[in-house]
Amino acid sequence: MPLADARARVPDLLVIAHDPVADTAWLDRLALGCNRYTPLVAIDAPDGLILDIAGAEHLFGGEAGLIDDLEMRLSRLGMSVRVALGPTADAARALARYQTRPAPDEDQAVRRLPVAALELEAEATTALVRAGLKTIGDLASRPMANIAARFGAEAASALRRILGDAPSPLAPRIAPPPVATERRFAEPLGSTAHATKVLTELLDEAAAQMRERGKGGRHFRATFFRSDGLARSIEIETGHPTRDTALVMRLFAERMDSLADPLDPGFGFDMIRLAVPRLEAMGATQLKLEGGAVRDAKMDELVDRMTTRLGRGRVRRLIAADTHIPEQAQLALPAIDAPPPLPWERPEPGEPPTRPFHLFDPPQPIEVIAEVPDGPPHQFRWRRQAHAVRRYEGPERIAAEWWRRRDNAGLTRDYYRVEDVQGRRLWLFRHGLYDEKPDPRWYIHGVFA
Amino acid sequence: MPHESHSSIAGLRRRLARITGEAEPRGPIAGRLASGHADFDAALSGGLATGRVHEFFAADALDATSAAAFAALMALRTPGAAPLVWLRTADAARRGGHIYAPGIAELGGDPDRLLLIEAPDPKLLLACANDAIRCAGSAAVIVESWGAWRALDLTAGRRLALGARDAGTTLLMLRLAATPSPSVAETRWSVAAAPSRALEANAPGAPAFDLELLRRRGGAAGGRWQMEWNHDEHAFGPNANEAALSGTVLPLAARRAALPHGAAAA
Repeated sequence: MPLADARARVPDLLVIAHDPVADTAWLDRLALGCNRYTPLVAIDAPDGLILDIAGAEHLFGGEAGLIDDLEMRLSRLGMSVRVALGPTADAARALARYQTRPAPDEDQAVRRLPVAALELEAEATTALVRAGLKTIGDLASRPMANIAARFGAEAASALRRILGDAPSPLAPRIAPPPVATERRFAEPLGSTAHATKVLTELLDEAAAQMRERGKGGRHFRATFFRSDGLARSIEIETGHPTRDTALVMRLFAERMDSLADPLDPGFGFDMIRLAVPRLEAMGATQLKLEGGAVRDAKMDELVDRMTTRLGRGRVRRLIAADTHIPEQAQLALPAIDAPPPLPWERPEPGEPPTRPFHLFDPPQPIEVIAEVPDGPPHQFRWRRQAHAVRRYEGPERIAAEWWRRRDNAGLTRDYYRVEDVQGRRLWLFRHGLYDEKPDPRWYIHGVFA
Repeated sequence: MPHESHSSIAGLRRRLARITGEAEPRGPIAGRLASGHADFDAALSGGLATGRVHEFFAADALDATSAAAFAALMALRTPGAAPLVWLRTADAARRGGHIYAPGIAELGGDPDRLLLIEAPDPKLLLACANDAIRCAGSAAVIVESWGAWRALDLTAGRRLALGARDAGTTLLMLRLAATPSPSVAETRWSVAAAPSRALEANAPGAPAFDLELLRRRGGAAGGRWQMEWNHDEHAFGPNANEAALSGTVLPLAARRAALPHGAAAA
């Protein structure tokens, strides 16, 4: 029904625009909250969640208890849900979405589902119904080879999945971490201070687990489950594997301080989980006699703290890149997992540096008086100031990397190292030769020491 | 400081100094960052004191690179692989250019020692600087700021100085496009680019710096040095043709006159 018709029938109709992005985000939050039941939660877009509760239901008083708890929490959030249990993920999904009649057991329930539950293409479903096959049970009683021949291989495989004859693997939203510890509370924790204390205990437990395995964590995730069913995750990363509870707690504190919206306990946290998704081998550390190892650890800690506070992209190391294009010759990579350094070009003995100390990226345009076509600059204006060139060296001709470009083109640059009358050494270039471009522009690309 | 016969009296004095919040960061100076330039090092009794705060002002906004390079080279002259922590604000790259590792390598420095930290605003820059100086094991910490830095008042400056002293970290403050103001820095410098010694075919030569000592704690201020960086020897040296440059001193002096003289005496 078009909106205009609906409005004509119900004049005070409340209209809300469909916002698929917000729906996805909300489903994601619900999925995080459902991690309290099992670490294996998959999103069934656009409006479903699949939980693998095998081996976890007894914690909530059996399947019925788990469903009651789930329905209670989700209804508190204003969600109306259809819950179904099934022997496989596909069966459970089909039961939740298509079951209309009650059945004595799961197997019967699946067999009584309409063929639409196979979610084949509309034509195939119509063909099945026309053939008199109205339920999954009808279809399952026929030989599988005939179904595949008549309605396509897709129909056969969907049927096998729903009956549990073929595996229906689950793609969990968060892969289960190798190390995880959690604590549940009979009475929700109302204060963040208590929550951090519990987190410290969980870290100690996780550290003990990691020590047994000779591993250290590089990535830690604390998830705070609120009693209203929502959850909040806080993650930190370290540059080197660690089992040091105090250090990780400092990083968590740093992260919580820098959160835009602080950790809100709401009506209290009723569960806190600590996961270590990324482990790396970590031997016992030996301290150097002169204290070298201790100092390195301090620098690593500084990197971790700054990365946690400012973000990965703001704490960087410079790594050499193999190209002669000046602005691409260095990569500024996050220090927290920077690759091993590559060797830098060493200076020629007795020669002044040919590369600047500071590089402008993008280069800054300047007005230059120079001889045409290949003369050096005599005078230039930069930042509203005239500079007369006293000494110069060049050009150093750097061609574009035409082999990387689809059109094999690109302008050649002629670089000049110039010194003005006040002694400032600058790196200028003309972007393009006169036979490449009618009026090539000049730029300043860097400043020498 | 007179020699204390009783160690407990010295301890009490230290406690008292801590309680009263004495501005003077006393305590022994552990070492010196020497430049290699004989006159310069002699005048500073060995070089820039480690575990102290040193301020470098660019004589002009266009001299920012000279000030930055001088501070970086002083820190990278120290042997070993101790990292050089360089803090700057997010807009520093736009104003002064990106720190360019191939250029540092060509000056004989090791760019792998560099750890760049970019704070989004001057307030966070100060917080990060406070954390960085408390981390022992760095060759030096360079804090680069552009323009007036309101968050850095006398209290914040003293906190930095005390933190640097306690951890033994050398803090080199790069104050670019800023006017000198009173602070607790051990030394305060004005750095400008100096004309280089010409190579054959009138090519620009090795990096040359023009340094002026604006202030020195517990010592006489004043003094100017023309220094040239020699990357083969990994040391500063006298600018070989200083005498021949007399013609260019005049424009340099004209630029100096732009600095407030009162600030230099602070």
